[in-house]
Amino acid sequence: MGWNMSAIVLKDLNISYGTTRVVHDVTLDVAEGESFALVGESGSGKSTILKAIAGLAPDWTGEITVLGQPRGHRVDRGFATTCQMVFQDPYGSLHPRRTVDAVLSEPLEVHGLGNRAARVVEMLAAVGLDQRFRFRFPHQLSGGQRQRVAIARALMLEPKVMLLDEPTSALDVSVQAEILNLLKKLRREQGLTYLMVTHNLPVVGFMCDRMALMNKGRVVEIAPATALHDGSFTDPYSRALYAASGGNPAREAQA
Amino acid sequence: MSTTRDWLLDDSPASRLQASLGRSYRMLLALSRNPLAVLGAAILLILLLTAAFAPLIAPHSPFGQNLGARLLAPSAAHWMGTDELGRNIFSRVIYGARITLMIVVLVAVISAPLGLLIGAISGYFGGWIDKILMGLTDVFLSMPKLILALAFVAALGPGIENAVIAIAITSWPAYARIARAETLTFRNSEFIAATQLLGASHLRVITRHILPLCTSSMIVRVTLDMAGIILTAAGLGFLGLGAQPPLPEWGAMISRGRTFILDQWWVATMPGFAIILVSLGFCFLGDGLRDVLDPKQGGKS
Amino acid sequence: MNAPLLEIEDLRVSFPTPKGRVEVVRGLSLRLGRERLGIVGESGSGKSMTGRAILRLIRPPGRQRAARMVFDGIDLDAQSERQMRALRGARISMIMQDPKFSLNPVMTVGDQIAEALITHERLARRDVRARVIEMLHAVRIHEPERVLRLFPHEVSGGMGQRIMIAMMLIPRPDLLIADEPTSALDVSVQAQVLDLIDELVRDHGMGLILISHDLNLVARYCDRIMVMHGGEVVESCKAQDLHHASHPYTRGLLAAVPRMEETRDTLPVLDRSAWGGT
Repeated sequence: MGWNMSAIVLKDLNISYGTTRVVHDVTLDVAEGESFALVGESGSGKSTILKAIAGLAPDWTGEITVLGQPRGHRVDRGFATTCQMVFQDPYGSLHPRRTVDAVLSEPLEVHGLGNRAARVVEMLAAVGLDQRFRFRFPHQLSGGQRQRVAIARALMLEPKVMLLDEPTSALDVSVQAEILNLLKKLRREQGLTYLMVTHNLPVVGFMCDRMALMNKGRVVEIAPATALHDGSFTDPYSRALYAASGGNPAREAQA
Repeated sequence: MSTTRDWLLDDSPASRLQASLGRSYRMLLALSRNPLAVLGAAILLILLLTAAFAPLIAPHSPFGQNLGARLLAPSAAHWMGTDELGRNIFSRVIYGARITLMIVVLVAVISAPLGLLIGAISGYFGGWIDKILMGLTDVFLSMPKLILALAFVAALGPGIENAVIAIAITSWPAYARIARAETLTFRNSEFIAATQLLGASHLRVITRHILPLCTSSMIVRVTLDMAGIILTAAGLGFLGLGAQPPLPEWGAMISRGRTFILDQWWVATMPGFAIILVSLGFCFLGDGLRDVLDPKQGGKS
Repeated sequence: MNAPLLEIEDLRVSFPTPKGRVEVVRGLSLRLGRERLGIVGESGSGKSMTGRAILRLIRPPGRQRAARMVFDGIDLDAQSERQMRALRGARISMIMQDPKFSLNPVMTVGDQIAEALITHERLARRDVRARVIEMLHAVRIHEPERVLRLFPHEVSGGMGQRIMIAMMLIPRPDLLIADEPTSALDVSVQAQVLDLIDELVRDHGMGLILISHDLNLVARYCDRIMVMHGGEVVESCKAQDLHHASHPYTRGLLAAVPRMEETRDTLPVLDRSAWGGT
């Protein structure tokens, strides 16, 4: 499809928590500009992969490469401007005692970037938040507004790769629609690469180009998002998940 | 007046200053709805004013002896009576407020930040740093407070400054424990992870993100502990290891009055009332502050 | 429809805020037979508060009142707290969202289910055990003898929710209120749990109130649907007519859900200004 470089490459990735291995031999390749989904149920290890890429799950072996650069096992400062993460719970991902302004200024302060006030104002507009929210505390915002702030924070350093950990699963459907639209718009405008974790197949259909289906720490199948239209999955687990999510497994036969 | 109020309660503040002032104002409003907290704050305000204006309030010098007027019962001339050297007890209690306030403030200033920092570092890093720091904390915690303070005073020599140091050294471990427990509850939370991912240093995460969250429970705890600190100071004074005569420290005053407790009850009782009143003030205010500041009790919204 | 199981007229629930009392349920009325009613809404719509109000579980400073609230001939408003306690669990049961928070962590599963039964019925110990095992069979737990001895942290989310259901259904209530019973569960387990609730409700001829944010899920498992928004019922219809819903809010909600065969470039977004916004 004309992508020249891989944004994220995972090779034989094994991740452990203590003595238990939660991700087994994952190998996948996300192209630059692509939106890729990791799909699975709880305990499938999908979020753990995001954490390992971000440096929050340091106990892994194998290879992780982001935009051509091999990743270390820890959080590091230089990586922050390349890749950022949006978390699942908008109630847990914002510091309860800091205003929106403080949250958005922080990445600029950490990296010694100037012109902060103007950048904050600009970013609020980009994520569709009115300027009157700028000096509010998180408890004065709704779930959707908080998630917009979290997305804005991730974008402040102008990263090229975004890791999205179930960014809408804690939100109401109507708010989910707004956030999904926003993420789609931002990706188009800024040429971002998304690696998104979700358990919701229809969301994948709306947001992503390809997906890896995971079960018990292994990737069982990598499929294009169009497989959701006709149910053309090969692995039995993917088919079961597709059926349980309201997909019609008989559709392939009819087509 | 109402415009200031509106400005403070504005849902969409226009600056950082307005946002933080608004938050403080809201807390103040919540606090003022609790009658006991208001009572506690009033008592402490009186303590503060008394300490500040002691020379204006006290009718006599706290040190002025008048052996002709020894052990007089409370009367119009001597509201709280006089002690065994004929000193006016009311004046001494008034001046004692200064000493009490100094002890309380010094202990809080030394032990709370120390405990906070040690606890936060311990909880944040975990691993062997945690083991060493908490081991140290446990050593201090395992010794009875007053005995430890006694040992310190015995080593450093009696005196009010040494009493303060002794109390501070014995009270930080409790704060370290609380700060560590508090830190553990959110060290793995997503907002800390998000800040780390932005490239923020450990120092920044601890000082800007973790400490501000620990401080509110710490303020509550310190306020509630103030009563205990006053009592420990009084205890040391009572044992003759705190403030030295003729300083009008309340505990030392009780100690002197002990000899006459059956016949001249007021000598020991008047400073005792002062201790009880101030301790209660701190407890009431601490309880009120907990309702306002402690997020665990306040719920999400 | 014969005599209704539950009849509510003009139910109001309010909570105090610094700016005065705010009503979170504003004049809700419903009649429920031995059927399956779905209450759908987003967070803050008042759907959960409605469920709690039926059991009179609104805690002070919250306040509830209704012109009429009758369950099977019993005026719920006139019951004392003691009478309500006898009713809760025995005749009206409630399943909450997350089994992790609803089960007592230091009691075995068997003891908890048994307790639910003993509180409302006097039975010999052997009969209790038999009933508990029978109930666990009914919720498709295959080795009830083993599961009885487990503690809540030793069971999975799906199993935990099945145990909750067993606990709630063992006194054979007439009405079951299920508040987001599967939101904390994986999709593959969701269907199993809902099928189970559905089957048990039909077998026992119970009434069911299913409270959820998921329109399609409610449409699949209920006979009738009430859509709530801002404390009011904005639409009430038969489940099969949901896709012909008339209220713009309902239509907006339906459209906002991404579909499996998604081809839209943007999802339609509710015009919140039309209902006062959030």
